Amino acid sequence: MKIAVCLKRVPDTTAKIVVGGDGKSIDEAGVKFVPNPYDEYALEAAIALKEKAGAGETVVISVGGDSSQETIRTALAMGIDRGVLIQGAGSADGLEVAKALAAEIGAGGYDLVLFGKLAVDDYNHQVGVMVGELLGLPVISAVSALTVENGAVSAEREIEGGVEVLSCSLPAVVTADKGINTPRLPSLKGIMAAKKKPLESKPTTIGAGGLTLAGLSLPAERQAGRIVGEGPDAVPALVQLLRNEAKVI
Amino acid sequence: MAAILAVTEQRQGALRKVSLEVVTAARTVADGLGATVDALVLGSGNVEGTAALGGHGANRVLTASHDGFGLYNPDGYAATIASIGANYAAIVFAASAMGRDLAPRVAAKLGQSLATDVTALSVEGGKLVVTRPVYAGKVLQKLVLSGSTAIVSVRPNTFAADGSKGLTAEAVAVTVPEFTQRVTVKEIKAPEQAVLDVTEANIVVSGGRGLKEPGNFKLLEDLAAALGSAAVGASRAVVDAGWREHGAQVGQTGKTVAPSLYFAVGISGAIQHLAGMRTSKVIVAINKDKDAPIFKVADYGIVGDLFEVLPRLTDEIRKLKAE
Repeated sequence: MKIAVCLKRVPDTTAKIVVGGDGKSIDEAGVKFVPNPYDEYALEAAIALKEKAGAGETVVISVGGDSSQETIRTALAMGIDRGVLIQGAGSADGLEVAKALAAEIGAGGYDLVLFGKLAVDDYNHQVGVMVGELLGLPVISAVSALTVENGAVSAEREIEGGVEVLSCSLPAVVTADKGINTPRLPSLKGIMAAKKKPLESKPTTIGAGGLTLAGLSLPAERQAGRIVGEGPDAVPALVQLLRNEAKVI
Repeated sequence: MAAILAVTEQRQGALRKVSLEVVTAARTVADGLGATVDALVLGSGNVEGTAALGGHGANRVLTASHDGFGLYNPDGYAATIASIGANYAAIVFAASAMGRDLAPRVAAKLGQSLATDVTALSVEGGKLVVTRPVYAGKVLQKLVLSGSTAIVSVRPNTFAADGSKGLTAEAVAVTVPEFTQRVTVKEIKAPEQAVLDVTEANIVVSGGRGLKEPGNFKLLEDLAAALGSAAVGASRAVVDAGWREHGAQVGQTGKTVAPSLYFAVGISGAIQHLAGMRTSKVIVAINKDKDAPIFKVADYGIVGDLFEVLPRLTDEIRKLKAE
């Protein structure tokens, strides 16, 4: 089985985000970058599926600048076989990123293409599904349980107040949600091996698309409210405030 | 005349509440563009609740009925919307489980850009301008959509449904085009007891490590039950520890919520948690550490032992509700 995993380099979720001087990008100074957490679920799923099959190839594909090579190496250290960097500036428009990925993936003859359900930087929550549509492949998104057997995919995804059970056949695109697995950490041996694994760079130009970024801003800081009191004796006052001042209960 | 398409959602033949929010948001766009609103209902047979769509601003209700549309049909729904989508100046979805899957399919089929999880929208110079939280709400992104069909999904619980529009919507049937069904939704497994999703609940009661052990979430469930229409959320720490389902996680790698009232109980307020709940209208923090960062964003706080405070709070809420 030949599996592709799409990976994005994103700021660590614990990072404080500061808007840069241009008002349209974030200030990267002092920000630690990591593989997108949802993509780690996709990487783990790919590695585990190949291990189970006992044969095949796993390929990690990332759109980004040179700094994404480090992120790809992390995936290789986890156990992915080789990497492809689609070298270019990203776009606010997920469809443009999806087109670049679809061009690479469509030519690759993959049985399964895995994504994280969203990237924790732009929260676009769309690229994986779009790639599937552009390639005319079945897509199941935000999957929290996945089984791939005999060319068939069965999956579960969380919906409001329940779980949807879905199926499709390979080749397919699946985007991963939390709960699908627990990603492995790279081993020391894996980190050493990753240095020698192939990583190909393919320069590309990503279109601007139909979304224009007008600017980034910080949300209004919430004003710290008041401490109503200490311990259970403060409860009646809190309830009165919620009832009469905030009018929310 | 330009028109806006509002894609509604039904579950088991009943319109979901978020549909009215979608129509309300579509009405806002339509008013800005001098356009009309078509609300699209995809289902199998009669769907209850569509009578309310006119009151929320729909000029027409389009019904696409198909034997295979009872449950969500990703390929069939996408093909149907794509077959009429290019006629619209904008298409509005909910950023719900369905909308998050469906909107990118339609956008890819139409070759149009998609702005997801929008929390504010307006029309400026004839173009749709949206605000959407990125970095889980740490930053707001403002985007201008310039395609011939602007596609957006709106965050649930953000556009308050406005039923005061008083329109009587004209009913129109839509032909479902031929489509290739690649993905099949086989069933919906309901949880043993109905659970309200944290993204849709009006009140969210979240717990963190301060609860000490999984069984103590009973205290939060009791409070939620006393409040009514409340969901129980959780911090990343307790979800990672396996105490709660990941679907309940509020924060940057979990869900972003915007309820009217959010209780953070035994949650210190890590930056990634704050990112997921900071747009709640009113925040209440209960924590024994008076210096916990959660108090910096809370409207009301109680410093104290949650094991003493929670039962009293549940009691007082019950009394209030009984009045």
